Amino acid sequence: MGGAGAEEELTAQETALYDRQIRVWGVDAQKRLSKAHVLVCGVNGTTIEFCKNIVLAGVGSLSLMDDHIVTQDDLNANFLIPPDESIYGGRSRAEVCCESLKDFNPMVRVAVAKGDPSLIDGEFLDRFDIIVVSCRPLKTKLFINDNCRKRSKHIAFYSIECKDSCGEIFADLQNHSYVQKMPGKEPEQQELTYPSLQEAISVPWKSLPKKTTKLYFAMRVLESFESSEGRNPGETSLSDLPAVLARRKEMCDRMSLNESQIPTVLLERLLAAGKKEHPPVCAILGGILGQEVIKSISCKGDPMKNFFYFDTADGKGVMEDVPPTPAD
Amino acid sequence: MASAASEEAVKAAKVLMVGAGGIGCELLKTLALTGFSDIHLIDLDTIEVSNLNRQFLFRKSHVGQSKAHVARDAVLKFRPKINISSYHANVKDAQFNVDFFKQFNVVLNGLDNLDARRHVNRLCLAAEVPLVESGTTGFLGQVTVHVKGKTECYECQPKPVPKSYPVCTITSTPSKFVHCIVWAKDLLFAKLFGDKNQDNDLNVHSKDGSSSKSDVFERDVDEDLDQYARRIYDHVFGYNIEVALDNEETWKNRRRPTPVYIRDTLPEETVQQNGTSRECNNGHEEPSAMASLGFRNPQEIWTLADNSRVFLETLKLFFEKRQKEIGNLIFDKDDQLAVELVTSAANIRAHSFGIPLHSLFEAKGVAGNIVHAVATTNAMIAGLIVIEAVKVLQGDYKNYRMTYCLEHAKRKMLLMPVEPFEPNESCYVCSETPLLLDVNTKTTKLREVIDKIIKSKLGMNLPLVMIGSTLVFEDGDGLEEDEAANYALNLEKVLAELPAPVINGTKLTVEDFQQELSCSINIKHREEFDEEKEPDGMVLSGWSAPVEKQVTSNGGKLAASSSSAHDTVGDASANPGTKRKLDEVLESKENCDASSSAQVIEDDDDTIMLDEDPTLLKKKRSQ
Ligand SMILES: [Zn+2]
Repeated sequence: MGGAGAEEELTAQETALYDRQIRVWGVDAQKRLSKAHVLVCGVNGTTIEFCKNIVLAGVGSLSLMDDHIVTQDDLNANFLIPPDESIYGGRSRAEVCCESLKDFNPMVRVAVAKGDPSLIDGEFLDRFDIIVVSCRPLKTKLFINDNCRKRSKHIAFYSIECKDSCGEIFADLQNHSYVQKMPGKEPEQQELTYPSLQEAISVPWKSLPKKTTKLYFAMRVLESFESSEGRNPGETSLSDLPAVLARRKEMCDRMSLNESQIPTVLLERLLAAGKKEHPPVCAILGGILGQEVIKSISCKGDPMKNFFYFDTADGKGVMEDVPPTPAD
Repeated sequence: MASAASEEAVKAAKVLMVGAGGIGCELLKTLALTGFSDIHLIDLDTIEVSNLNRQFLFRKSHVGQSKAHVARDAVLKFRPKINISSYHANVKDAQFNVDFFKQFNVVLNGLDNLDARRHVNRLCLAAEVPLVESGTTGFLGQVTVHVKGKTECYECQPKPVPKSYPVCTITSTPSKFVHCIVWAKDLLFAKLFGDKNQDNDLNVHSKDGSSSKSDVFERDVDEDLDQYARRIYDHVFGYNIEVALDNEETWKNRRRPTPVYIRDTLPEETVQQNGTSRECNNGHEEPSAMASLGFRNPQEIWTLADNSRVFLETLKLFFEKRQKEIGNLIFDKDDQLAVELVTSAANIRAHSFGIPLHSLFEAKGVAGNIVHAVATTNAMIAGLIVIEAVKVLQGDYKNYRMTYCLEHAKRKMLLMPVEPFEPNESCYVCSETPLLLDVNTKTTKLREVIDKIIKSKLGMNLPLVMIGSTLVFEDGDGLEEDEAANYALNLEKVLAELPAPVINGTKLTVEDFQQELSCSINIKHREEFDEEKEPDGMVLSGWSAPVEKQVTSNGGKLAASSSSAHDTVGDASANPGTKRKLDEVLESKENCDASSSAQVIEDDDDTIMLDEDPTLLKKKRSQ
């Protein structure tokens, strides 16, 4: 029998397990997936949804980095932690979740990566193809994103945050080439160039299209507030509102945006959310991110560029391209 | 969503989930995390290996067990204090009647087939319980909300039914690979291994009219197995094609097929050489021609010679290893040997007719109507279901949305919410509009009306038929013997000769007590029907006729095959329905291209239908 060498083929076990999804994305994508290595910094209800999705999909390996000891609060949106202190007590989020994730798919290596995300160096990053960061201060995200960009190896960077009923995903695929298949057209090779996180959040607001989702601006105000106060994402409450409104005014003045573009009610919602995650929103964000990572690894399908927003208030799941790619 | 009101509503709610498959697993998890604490879950299925890539509550060790029970146990591990009642049962069972439905605040569907969806829709309407419906196919999905009197019901719009093909296309003039698959599965496989008493359209001409053998497919007790396999091969791929070629009329405007004989495809192989390795296939493993021939890659497209080897080998293996099952086998997509036989036979036939060959993987998808499914879409759809359920519980009807999950963003949106439609005033399910049936009352039996119209088109389970105040038919248990006998007699009578004659202008009342659905059918007598266009000899109007559904396969665009029941994958059926095509969404299926060098069949009418085209919305909104 002809065909490629045996080692290139999926095993019968893989073919049986992945049958339904191979029918969606093809064998080549499945093979690429099985060779990809993913690092998740920050274990919470949202990233756990993502982890579940890519472990089921059959990614090569998944490493979890989060040394925080599990507390009662972690149980709210996380289905991998049993509510039994004798199981989770004294152990890190990464450890407890790693154990449960292994069960999901024996063909995927799931491991704990000990360490502090704000200190990880370039060589460590080279072990991965995909880095996902959640619930870490902006400065850590910028640091990791910057390091990814400095490596000669292509490492895609994602940030994901759930604020109760709202959520944001950011993607930096640097230079990404992929096969695009549009209805009724021949497959075409496409090239996309992504801005870094730093570039994407420092775009002058005036230059953005009017229809840009309000969540983009609101998240920048919140992020700026948290950074200047030295807080982690979500370490906020409604009592921060006056300071946040002042921050909004300052930023809007500086970038000539009407303050009404960032409604006070929206800021209130984000502040009140704190670290709370609404499980349906976790599922939606984790699903979108899972899909995006699969697209990125397989180099198939239009990837999201470069922000995604979901808000239960209007039910929309929107992409924003910031700064907008110039039409050619 | 942390409003105290919504948290209270969630905590107090009693919800029914139907389906514990792809969407169901995700939904049960998300409901539990969100704070729902009284959940009832119905699913008929047991767990299969191909579920495990997305139905994450299940493990390999659970294969064969009830989905509902295993899902319940898995979720109780992280939410031990909530109440989950699981039923390993069919939602159409009598225990799940209107009273059962009435105890719930909302019903959430994660179903995989039209039949059950329609049934649940009717029970929800009758019990006046809001329904949140859902469906996914690959990266596409949708969630819809159905609240009696406020939004359209699930059946207000036409729903797709599996595509069927004219018999002559299958028996004589296939032009697409799917036709060859249907032939191999529904005719050849059924003829060889199925119930011999079933009608079968496979050509069974004997070589000479005088042959002593009444059925060429019979194997004589002493006939050598290799000889038999070769004889069948030559008969179905060689002789039958020769016979068909004699009919010049057929080939006037068509490419003439080539007969295929074993002496040409495998000239060098003697009877003895073929299949010598079979001996190593002993007992422990499921018999497989691929295994005994050393073929490993199901993605590979076999040559004509290899297909022929597989065909002979599968036939022999069936007789050697599975003799006992012969005579009552039904094609099953999870039966490896059956898939091998159907793949090889379809490919040999495809070769005859100049149709590109396909891999076993692709052929299995077509033969099994396999629905494409990934975990991510199911997870998102489940999240959206919960978001709608919370609104429904609060009666926040101004904010009800149906949401589409798209593969290519539209107006920047990957998740596109749309206001629900208002009820269709002429919907036979949720309004009282009568239907109209054109039928020849002098030749059509009551049985035909019940089977072809009332059960199959109107989707009733246990119908009752009344003409004026005369009951002419009733189904179900608990009938007196004489009643039952009487109804059985009526079934075989033509309409005009029933105890209360049905003629032009008669009004029939049809009811299903379980579904609490009642509708009227006005009869119009008509003598002539177009055999091609009106094959039932009856035409029902005033309802939304189903639209043929096609499921694309990964390896290019392959239509779903006919006959077999819906796949029970669990997620399925981009919750069908169709007013308009969702072009962009549909053709996104092309994105999934095949492995290797699969040759794409151009299928002009290859589409997946969704309920609505979100680009054409703004039509008639509710409220
Ligand atoms: Zn209706």
